[in-house]
Amino acid sequence: MLHIVACIKQVPDTKIIKMNPKTNTMDRRTAPAILNPYDAHAVEEAVRIRNRYGGTVSVVTMGPPPAVKAIKKCIEIGADEGYLITDRRFAGADTLATSYAVTKAIEKISKTNPVDLIICGKMSIDGDTGQVGPGIARRLDIPPLTSVNKVVEVNQEKGYAIVHRKFEDGHEVVQSTLPCLLSVEKTINEVPYSTFPNMLKAAKYEPYIWSVDDLEDVDIKQLGLKGSPTIVSKVWTPSKPEGGTIFEGNAKEQVEQLLSIILEKKELFTVKEES
Amino acid sequence: MSEKFDAIVVGAGPAGISCAHDLAKGGANVLLIERGEYPGSKNVMGGVLYRKMMEDIIPEFYKEAPLERPIVEQRFMMMEKESALTFSYKGLEWAKEPYNNFTVLRAKFDQWFADKAVQQGAILINETVVLECIVEDGRVVGVRTDRPDGDVYADVVVLADGVNSLLAQSLGFHKEYKPNEVALATMEVLKLDKKIIEDRFNLEDNQGCTIELFGDATKGIVGTGFLYTNKDTLSLGVGTLLSGLIKHKIKPYELLEYVKNHPMIRPYIQGSEPQEYLAHLIPEGGYNSMGKIVGDGVIVIGDASQLVNAIHREGSNLAMTSGRLAAETVLLAKEAGDFSERMLDHYRVKLLDGFVGQDMKKYKDSTHHFEKFPQYFEQYIPMVNRAASQMFTVDGSSKWEKQKKIMKDLGSTKEKFKLARDIYRAWKVVK
Repeated sequence: MLHIVACIKQVPDTKIIKMNPKTNTMDRRTAPAILNPYDAHAVEEAVRIRNRYGGTVSVVTMGPPPAVKAIKKCIEIGADEGYLITDRRFAGADTLATSYAVTKAIEKISKTNPVDLIICGKMSIDGDTGQVGPGIARRLDIPPLTSVNKVVEVNQEKGYAIVHRKFEDGHEVVQSTLPCLLSVEKTINEVPYSTFPNMLKAAKYEPYIWSVDDLEDVDIKQLGLKGSPTIVSKVWTPSKPEGGTIFEGNAKEQVEQLLSIILEKKELFTVKEES
Repeated sequence: MSEKFDAIVVGAGPAGISCAHDLAKGGANVLLIERGEYPGSKNVMGGVLYRKMMEDIIPEFYKEAPLERPIVEQRFMMMEKESALTFSYKGLEWAKEPYNNFTVLRAKFDQWFADKAVQQGAILINETVVLECIVEDGRVVGVRTDRPDGDVYADVVVLADGVNSLLAQSLGFHKEYKPNEVALATMEVLKLDKKIIEDRFNLEDNQGCTIELFGDATKGIVGTGFLYTNKDTLSLGVGTLLSGLIKHKIKPYELLEYVKNHPMIRPYIQGSEPQEYLAHLIPEGGYNSMGKIVGDGVIVIGDASQLVNAIHREGSNLAMTSGRLAAETVLLAKEAGDFSERMLDHYRVKLLDGFVGQDMKKYKDSTHHFEKFPQYFEQYIPMVNRAASQMFTVDGSSKWEKQKKIMKDLGSTKEKFKLARDIYRAWKVVK
């Protein structure tokens, strides 16, 4: 039976979050925490694969205790089990430390039920990096397949998966060995309205909650802030662009006006040498 | 078929949550279904939560619930265009435990309250709309939700689906409400510095004030306005009977803009920023508009059963009490294994015999009276303003002369009789 793990994250709803003008950081109290929208598609794809071939879908996340809510959302979508790793020692993690911690959780999950396929959303809407998925694949030494927008086949018996990877000018059909890690685009599926039995299951569900001590072979130095080499030197809100100019006249006149402005500001269009 | 519950409560407002809480506490297997994203996300009220009825459900809730301010002063303003006659009571006995009542913001409070019900063992399902009751052989046996595989069954269904209770209506318990049975309230939550609020309303830290607005706040239409203090916001709103809005051809938001710009109100809210805009219907038909509230396998509670005392701006407390009594009844029915209308009628009897029913009966004619005779709001409030102005303006004329002028302002002998009659009538409907 297939065992699929979906990696998810609880994020502030960045559509409505307000920035603190003094510190230039997100004021997380101003927005409700939601399941990262890309991850909902990852879970949905895992559920679809399970429904096709049979098996189990587990979701795993690292976050504060309220992240249980995001796991419950995944149960609503149709996941079978959920694992939250939560510990103060995880706090302040960048993508490197996060992928390390999540990998340790997946390794532990694998011990009781070996994992065949890992699915991540393309990226989180609060961090926007898309690095954690490939980071996990690298640590587990399995192939990462990014920008996946279709899963054609998963063949556990013969140990391969065939997927489509999306590009600007088309898509690539790739076959990979199992286990592998997919990070998926939003276009891969539509997340349907959850069924009532799934809602009931989610309302009652209590996920596995693990601290650092529940994981095995953990190098504490690689966790949290200590394990995070990323330094955010400055954060700012980009200023709104001022209103532009609308050219008038016929096409030829408009092109001439545009050209003269380009020539006037040509230094903007030349590539500077790195000093 | 999915699992069967002892009870399904439809709607997570004060009535529904109270009922689910007490049912779960009493050991019943209860499902609470809410259409909003979370309890409170779609719920609106001006913002007064009554301590006593809440404590009947969760003792000493004020030690942990997300409340805004305990109310220490209640003001009443009879407003004219450029004046207001105000009376108020302020008492510091309300500033300490156990308090009298509180201002709350529903989005926060209802979420907390629902969590309490879940902690007792109620199962809460959000973002799910109940489309209809499932009726078999004349008995309500469950509900049909809008989700796939969405039928769910229970011994009793408690309808707490709010003012427009389409579910009770579709069971034939009440007709569609007429425009003079429901009020439309619109309100804004206005952000203002905590210190400024305390200065403007003459309050200390953790003290609150409510102001009820009559007369010109609603342009003389039957209804009221309100201005309540929260921690660092103000709640300002107006509510009038739908029939009044229709008759005067005024849009609800125009009325809210009007009161925001009223010279008696503007200084209170100056410099504040609108944070939220909310609108909601209030059932104000009173006792006479109450439909059937009990049937085989079904009970109706809260706004869904028209439980609002418009004169005293009470609603959430009646809702909570009805929820509590419904829970008590369902637990008794569960013990007896009988969910017939005859058994569940215990709820109706307890409700109508208690303060809820007494108050509903006491004020049963009030809304209709004030609607039928608009002169109270249109003429008499301006009149008392003119009288106060006359009496308190020092202009060299004697107080005798002033009294004469005031009496003259009351109109001809015939009009004075009419006034006396109206005062008596008003007394009769509220006595």
